Amino acid sequence: MNAFSMILARDLRIAFRRFGEVSTPLLFFVIVVSLFPLALSPNADVLREVGTGVLWVSALLSSLLALEGLFRGDADDGSLEQLMLSPVPLGITVLAKVAAHWLIAVLPLIALVPVLALSYALPLQALPTMIAALLLATPTLSVLIAIGAALTVSLRRGGSLVGLLILPMTAPLLIFGSRATDFGVHGEPTAGPLYLLAALAVSAVALGPVAIAAAIRVGVE
Amino acid sequence: MPLPRWFHLLGSPPFVYGFAGKLTPWLGAASFLLLAIGGYWGLVVAPTERVQGEVYRILYIHPQTAYVGMMAYVVMAVAGGIGYIWRIKLAHAVAVTAAPIGASFAACALATGAIWGRPTWGTFWQWSDPRIMSETLLLFLFLGYLALRAAFEDREKADRVSAILAVVGVVNIPVIHYSVVWWNTLHQGPSIMKVGSPSIAPEMLVPFLIMVAGFTLLFYWLLLNGLRGEIVERERDARWIRQLVEARG
Amino acid sequence: MTSPVALRARDLAVWRGERCLFEGLDFDLAERQLAVVIGPNGAGKTTLLRVLAGLSLPSAGTLTWHGAPVGSLPLEQRGAIAYRGHLDGLKKDLTVLENLRFHATIWGGSAAVEPLLQELKLVEVANSRVRHLSAGQQRRTALATLKLSNAKLWILDEPTTNLDAEGRARILDWIRQHRAAGGAAVVATHQPDEFSEPGTLLMEL
Repeated sequence: MNAFSMILARDLRIAFRRFGEVSTPLLFFVIVVSLFPLALSPNADVLREVGTGVLWVSALLSSLLALEGLFRGDADDGSLEQLMLSPVPLGITVLAKVAAHWLIAVLPLIALVPVLALSYALPLQALPTMIAALLLATPTLSVLIAIGAALTVSLRRGGSLVGLLILPMTAPLLIFGSRATDFGVHGEPTAGPLYLLAALAVSAVALGPVAIAAAIRVGVE
Repeated sequence: MPLPRWFHLLGSPPFVYGFAGKLTPWLGAASFLLLAIGGYWGLVVAPTERVQGEVYRILYIHPQTAYVGMMAYVVMAVAGGIGYIWRIKLAHAVAVTAAPIGASFAACALATGAIWGRPTWGTFWQWSDPRIMSETLLLFLFLGYLALRAAFEDREKADRVSAILAVVGVVNIPVIHYSVVWWNTLHQGPSIMKVGSPSIAPEMLVPFLIMVAGFTLLFYWLLLNGLRGEIVERERDARWIRQLVEARG
Repeated sequence: MTSPVALRARDLAVWRGERCLFEGLDFDLAERQLAVVIGPNGAGKTTLLRVLAGLSLPSAGTLTWHGAPVGSLPLEQRGAIAYRGHLDGLKKDLTVLENLRFHATIWGGSAAVEPLLQELKLVEVANSRVRHLSAGQQRRTALATLKLSNAKLWILDEPTTNLDAEGRARILDWIRQHRAAGGAAVVATHQPDEFSEPGTLLMEL
């Protein structure tokens, strides 16, 4: 088994054994989405208007919650510096960890979206687009949050800072993703923003690990 | 990699301190002169615009502050990158000095944009204006940079971590800007006068450009002044600083 | 016949803020050689070891491993340096066996895991999560990983602290075996007498 798969498998195994921790962001997602109708209006027409936006922003914030501590555990028990010294390039290690946490924390979130979307009276034909947009946008999102997590890895209370650093940079994902979903809702062509999301995902996965590795090296010193 | 001699000079704090000290009076004088001329020309002399009335005169301040804000971020990112790659402390000093200046310009851009917006759109804030959105996100990026720096006690760590953040940010800025512009084209808002379009009459274009030059020089004047302060603070135990203090008497 | 130089330091210096921990450090560490770092607590032993391992950057000077800078080793040399500091480097939610197997695969070590468990008396807890182990068992597990890599340079920060006589003897024996096989080692310790042998490099901070 190559190093990437080994690290991926290791992180998945650890996540399964700490299932309580892993499911907290998912519950957070559901709770936040449920709070909006209380704050706005239970009227189906209103919900349909805001549903796309509410789901996207809530998904963003829940992912932030799930990933901002991505490296802290490994930094605290010394396994991060062991991986840094190992023959595995740090970029690969980082990519494996981001992938593992995307599988464990973000994918289940996306799986919950259809049910929640229907509760917001969003039409069925919008769902495939929304899922596709989320699947394309979340890798970039995970990489961005991982950059924030790496920059703050050596800080005791770094978690809240990650949001401040990273959220402005997620604006394009939010824009393209929610617009694509809206196009889907109204039956308009969605290819444009989806392609843009895909392009961003490819760039993020290719370039992100460089920044993440650099930030970790500074943090671990 | 081998570097040319002037590069090494640029990395020497005493040299830069002295050089900047000689340069700043000229920059200051030039920028104030340009701002005075352009300001008077634009705010007083230039003819009133047909559609918007007097308030259009913000054209001589708002876009310039927005542009300088963005330039400041680029300066911050380039300086941080140089400091990170070649481990030049002075480059980090430039980056940390540029940050609050850039943040202030971005905030000014937002404030002047709001002043413009009130009579034009009827509201202080128009979320759908791409420039406002871009500028707001830019301000957040500056604030994030400053917050990150503040979280680290070790100055070297703070320098290098914020350099990485600045480079990541500068790569993101065009993406953010494009996405916001695209987003705006989907929302047919009231047509705002396009700044910088060829339809600016020549008698407005000249003071506009003078203000661009004036604000740019103002930024560099502020930067070099702040840089000298930052150098003194970082090098306060060095011999050359003590010699300077003694020479002052 | 002298062994080739493995780790070379020239004019190494580390500053932490205003404080100079050490400067002007020069040494050549040959293969099969042992270096011992002594000094009072807080003098910078841990910092020096982390710099030698490539985890921290020095403020000045050069540090090379077989000619390549330690901070950025070429692909073939990656994994040549093993560092054991105060942190275990073990995942508490994985079992002893899972941790050791992971380490062996990642580091490319060829030693067998089972005999190691026997030697370190970890057979009964092999399938227990590290979280449930005693402190001594956790330390022994962390130690086991040393034998599961092909690292040529061992950098050990106070390896004999909190070990009983048997544990200390085992470490010393392992270091001896490691050196005999061509490896080099740098050890920070409060008991330099345990390591005194002819040819040992002594660094005092």
